[in-house]
Amino acid sequence: MGKIRTPYLLLLPGFLFLFTFFILPILNLAQTSTQTPIAGGDTGQYEQTLRFQNYIDAFIENREQFSRSFVYALIATVLALAISYPLAYAIAFKGGKFKNFLLVLVVAPFFTSFLLRTVAWKQILGEEGFVVPTLRTIGIISPSTTLTSTSFAVVMGMTYNFLPFMTLPLYASIDRIDPRTLEASGDLYANAFTTFRKVTLPLSMPGVVAGTLLTFIPAAGDYVNAAILGSPNTKMIGNVIESRYFKIVDYPTAAALSFTLMAAILILVTLYIRKAGTEELV
Amino acid sequence: MSFDASTARGDLILTRITKEYGDFKAVDDLTLTIPKGSFFALLGPYGCGKTTTLRMIAGLEEPTVGSIHLGETDITTTKPYQRPINTVFQNYALFPHLTIFENIAFGLRRRGIKDVDAEVNKVLNLVELPHLAGRKPTQLSGGQQQRIALARAIVNRPALLLLDEPLGALDLKLRRQMQIELKWIQKEVGLTFVHVTHDQEEAMTMADTIAVMNEGQIEQMGSPADLYDNPETAFVANFLGQSNLIKGTISGNDGDSIIADLYGQKISLPKKRSHAVDNSIYAELIVFEQNDDGVAPFNKGDAVNISWNPIFTFALRGDEDVTAGSEVNPEVLDEE
Repeated sequence: MGKIRTPYLLLLPGFLFLFTFFILPILNLAQTSTQTPIAGGDTGQYEQTLRFQNYIDAFIENREQFSRSFVYALIATVLALAISYPLAYAIAFKGGKFKNFLLVLVVAPFFTSFLLRTVAWKQILGEEGFVVPTLRTIGIISPSTTLTSTSFAVVMGMTYNFLPFMTLPLYASIDRIDPRTLEASGDLYANAFTTFRKVTLPLSMPGVVAGTLLTFIPAAGDYVNAAILGSPNTKMIGNVIESRYFKIVDYPTAAALSFTLMAAILILVTLYIRKAGTEELV
Repeated sequence: MSFDASTARGDLILTRITKEYGDFKAVDDLTLTIPKGSFFALLGPYGCGKTTTLRMIAGLEEPTVGSIHLGETDITTTKPYQRPINTVFQNYALFPHLTIFENIAFGLRRRGIKDVDAEVNKVLNLVELPHLAGRKPTQLSGGQQQRIALARAIVNRPALLLLDEPLGALDLKLRRQMQIELKWIQKEVGLTFVHVTHDQEEAMTMADTIAVMNEGQIEQMGSPADLYDNPETAFVANFLGQSNLIKGTISGNDGDSIIADLYGQKISLPKKRSHAVDNSIYAELIVFEQNDDGVAPFNKGDAVNISWNPIFTFALRGDEDVTAGSEVNPEVLDEE
C-alpha cells in the first residue's frame, strides 16, 4: 500500500500550491466579475449580485483594445518567427562546436530585467538615440516623425522581448532533424526551396507551433511594452485591466475583462492547434 | 548542360579525382570506370575514402580536382537534384513525417511523373511490402525500412544507384538474406549499382567487380575471385582474408614458374601470380600441417610441416609492409 501512496504524497505539495495560488484566485476572480458597486458605498466597495451584464459592458467598452491586443500579438509573433527561424536553423545546422555558446547568447537578455530592457528600447528609439537621427538623415522617416509612443515601438518591443520563447523551441525542433533526410530530399530531385517546403518545414512544425504559442499567448496579455513604449492610442487590453484594478479600483470590470481575454486566447489557440494539425506532427 | 544531365546514361567515369579537407586528402588522384549495368563495390576500411567517393558521385560533395562523367555528360558540378542518380543512405534517411507511400512517391512527384500510384505500387510489390504503404517509417523494422529506402531510390529508375553501407544496421541473418535480394533486384531492374562497404563478405557475395580502397586510392580492382586468389598487395591480401605471408627471396627461374627460397625451403610459384619486382618476396602458403600430436597449438619457434598447392599461392613485393590491412580488418565474427 505504501508504494501506491508515494506518488500521491509527492504530488501533494504541487497540488496544494496550485490550489492556493491558482484555483482559489480564479474562483475569487470569477466571483468578483459579477459584482456591482454598493449603492452609496465608497470607491472599491462591491456586493455579490451575479450581474453577467458586466462581461458585455466591459467587452463593448474595450473592443478596440481587445482587437489591438490580438493584432499586435499576431504581428509580433509573425516577426519573431521570421527572425527566429533562420537563427535557429543556423545554430542547429551551422553552429558546430559553438552551438551551446550561441544558445546562451539567445537567452542572455534574460539576465537583465524585462522592465529594464524595455526602458532601454525607449532610449534606443527616442530622440536622443541613434536610430531616429540616422533614419532621418537617410530620409526613411520625415524630420517630424518620432518612433516612441507609436504602435511600431510597442510591436518592436514585444517582438524583442518574446524572441527567445520563439527561438528555443524552434531550435529544439530543427536540431532534431537528421541532416541526411535533407540530403535524401536533394538526392530525390528536390531543389533547396522544395526541400525546405516538403521536408525541413514539416519536420520543424512542432517547434513552430510551440514557439508561436509561447510568443502569442503572453504577448496578447502583455501591458509592459504598451505602457513604456506606447501612448494612450496604443493601449492593449492588459493596460486596461491594469488600470481598472490599480487606478480606477473597478474590480468587477477588470475581472470580467481577464476572463474574456482568457477565453479568447483559449479559443484562438484551440483553433490554431486544430489547424496546425497535431496529428501530422512527428 | 544540367538539363542534359538528368537524362544522361552510360558508364560512370571518374577522372583523376582528388578531395581534400584542409590538409587531409580523403580521396587521392582516383581514376575509375564503372561500367553501365554492373554491380560494383567500393570496399575498404573506415576512412579509406569510399564514402567520400560515393558522395561526390551523388553530388553531395564536390571534388577538389578532377571530373566525373556519366556517359558523355560532365556531371562534376551538377547539383544532386539534377543528377539521374539516387542513393540508399546508410541510416536509410526516410522522411519521418511522410507515409511509406509518400516516401517512395517523393522523387516521382518532384519530377512530375504522371502515374505515381502505379509506379509506387509496382516497386512496393518488388520489395514485397505492399501492405505497409500507409504506415510511417518509425512503425517499420530495420529490414523493412531498408527495403523501403531501396524502393524509394529504384522507383526513379536512375542511371546509377548508390548504396552506402546499406546493410550495416541489420543483423547477420537478415543481412545474408538482403544480400541475395539486392543482387536479385539489381538483375531484375538492370540498373548500375555502386555499393560502398567495409564488409568483404558482403562485397564478395554481391559485386561483379570490387575496387579495394586504401588511403584514398584504389589498391586493386577485379572480380571477387581475382582479388581473393591473386592479390597484388599485402593490404588486399590481408584485408580480404588473413594471409600467411612468409619472407623469402627469388632464387631461380623455371619456365612459367619462379623458384623462391623461404628460410632454406625451395618452392615454385607460377610467374603470373608473382607481383614481385626484385628478388625479395613475401610468399603466401595456404596449407599448414600440424605437428604429429595434432592437438597442441603452434608456439613461436615450433617446427612445422608446410605444404602448398602452387595454384593457390601468390608472391608479393618484398618491400611491402607485411601487416598492411590486417590491423584494419574488421572482426568478421563480430556478429556471431
